[in-house]
Amino acid sequence: MIEATNLRKHFGPVEAVRDVTLRAHDGRITGLLGPNGAGKSTTLRILYTVLVPDSGDALIDGTSAVREPLAARRLMGVLPHGAGVYPNLTARENILYFGALHGLERRERQTRAAELIQLLEMEEFADRIAKGFSQGQRVKTALARALVHRPPNVLLDEPTNGLDVMAVRTLRRLLGRLRDEGHCVLFSSHVMQEVGALCDAVVVIAHGTVVASGTPEELRARTGVSNLEDAFVRLIGTTEGLG
Amino acid sequence: MSQAVARGTPRVHAILSVFRKEFRENLRDRRTVISALIFGPLFGPLLFGAALSLSIERGTADSDRPVTLAVSHAERAPNLLAFLRQYRVMIEPVQYDDSAARAAAHEHRHALVLVVTGDFGARLAAGEPASLLLYADSSDASSSRDVGRVTALLGQYGSTLARLRMAARGIDPLVLAPVVVQDIDVSTPASRSVLALGTLSYLVLLTTLMGGMYLAIDATAGERERGSLEPLLTVPVRREHLIFGKILATCAYMTLSLVLTVTAFAVVLRFVGLERFGMSVNFGPLVALQVVLGCLPLVPAGAALMTIVAAFTRSYREAQTYLGLVLLIPTLPLVFAGALGLRPAASLMAVPSLGQHFLITSLLRDEPMPAAYVAISILATLVLGALLILVAGRLYRREALLG
Repeated sequence: MIEATNLRKHFGPVEAVRDVTLRAHDGRITGLLGPNGAGKSTTLRILYTVLVPDSGDALIDGTSAVREPLAARRLMGVLPHGAGVYPNLTARENILYFGALHGLERRERQTRAAELIQLLEMEEFADRIAKGFSQGQRVKTALARALVHRPPNVLLDEPTNGLDVMAVRTLRRLLGRLRDEGHCVLFSSHVMQEVGALCDAVVVIAHGTVVASGTPEELRARTGVSNLEDAFVRLIGTTEGLG
Repeated sequence: MSQAVARGTPRVHAILSVFRKEFRENLRDRRTVISALIFGPLFGPLLFGAALSLSIERGTADSDRPVTLAVSHAERAPNLLAFLRQYRVMIEPVQYDDSAARAAAHEHRHALVLVVTGDFGARLAAGEPASLLLYADSSDASSSRDVGRVTALLGQYGSTLARLRMAARGIDPLVLAPVVVQDIDVSTPASRSVLALGTLSYLVLLTTLMGGMYLAIDATAGERERGSLEPLLTVPVRREHLIFGKILATCAYMTLSLVLTVTAFAVVLRFVGLERFGMSVNFGPLVALQVVLGCLPLVPAGAALMTIVAAFTRSYREAQTYLGLVLLIPTLPLVFAGALGLRPAASLMAVPSLGQHFLITSLLRDEPMPAAYVAISILATLVLGALLILVAGRLYRREALLG
């Protein structure tokens, strides 16, 4: 469970996040939807402890990401935007490295890597050097790496960017599976079809603030339009930056 | 679960994990391997050995190169000229008076002009001092060797004549030699060769730094450019521990590079044949080991410095440019030391890279250095390294790191 309250963050004169309060529950996929530059990435980066907010706090299963970042990181698996893998390591070695950094014993991380390789259908390229990987293979590797320590919370920043149809399907199936296992899944996107197809709950963010949140049905009901796309446009006030 | 484990992965475990991964990954990177383990350590010493060989051959050839001597009125001293020709002096007959001879030497038309005075033959026959005028420009360093040789030959001719005259008068020529001076050159073969080996310590320091350069870039600017830095920062490890692991891996490559370079130098110099030139290099296995140990304290300082610079840059390319400049930093003290003719002193031993330079030089000269000097060099450089590593750790804690 992820709970953020009144997050604020500025970079120089730019206020990237003005006031973000959101809640993502276990056993649900929560979508963070908003146009480019709305503050989605900054919000996620604060949640996964890479950035420190100017004010506000974020609790990961009750642990503060601001005050106890190391403990909070243990509770999260993170796929940052455009996550890169190590080109001179194999997919398996990439996963094992993060297992070691999470403090897993050798035997444990080997078992876990084998599990994830099977789960993400990576057998074919698991022991190849990552240099020549396709975008889909890279994302799978990065995702397996993020899940190596069985995190209860999974955060993904624009995970479907640059993926082909097959890779997107695999990813959707995996996110659904994580939800069914009781994980809290939070991902950002500017593609509303994707959010509509996948999410149990939606947080709409624009100009650094949360403008609406709820299930897709609730959002439709609140805006009084039957089409989800129209609902978003009405909430955000513009179509700019939406895909 | 203890408090430490609950908060993050244990420090040593994390640092070693980063170290192992960086070491292994870079072993698979052709650029790192070539520059750290092949190009620097092998080509450096080989080129150095080849250049040294050539300069020695040239130096040897120089000493019996024929000297050209312009002689005015050569017809007045045929015996002298025959004597000079015997010693491979090429005679070039000219007709100069005093001012023309001065001008010729001054304008370097001739390096040396010998003028035989008009009464030379007459005075010689009469047993009186006969004068010869030798014109040369002493400010011209390139001709000084020739001047020395011709002067010595003329002196030799003079004393041969003197001995003949004494013998003709029934006097033992030895009465003219009440004092015999023997030159004893205290420069040892090892110390003479140091001049030629002056660049060796520079090359050792340079290749050591080069050995870690690509890893330092790859682990910082490269990691950010590939997009793997942000995921790395989400693991439960303190950022400074991540960078300590990376610096440790850079140190490992630099150490490998250092060991290989020094070994290659020791082997190459054995084949150069400095002995032919009356020089010997004190570079056996024990000295090589001491050189490595003396330079080792510079490794952490260099690794941290390169990591800091690379962490500041925005891209791999930019990091390469700046690190190219960083490679010059250790050469600056050496340049100053050479220009000012500095000798080892306690305060100078504290200057990183200069201290190592003095250490290497004294080892090769086979001149023991005070233990205190060695300790100062090691301590000062290690302290600098520790400070730089702390700075690197601090830099990695900054948010701006993500770019």
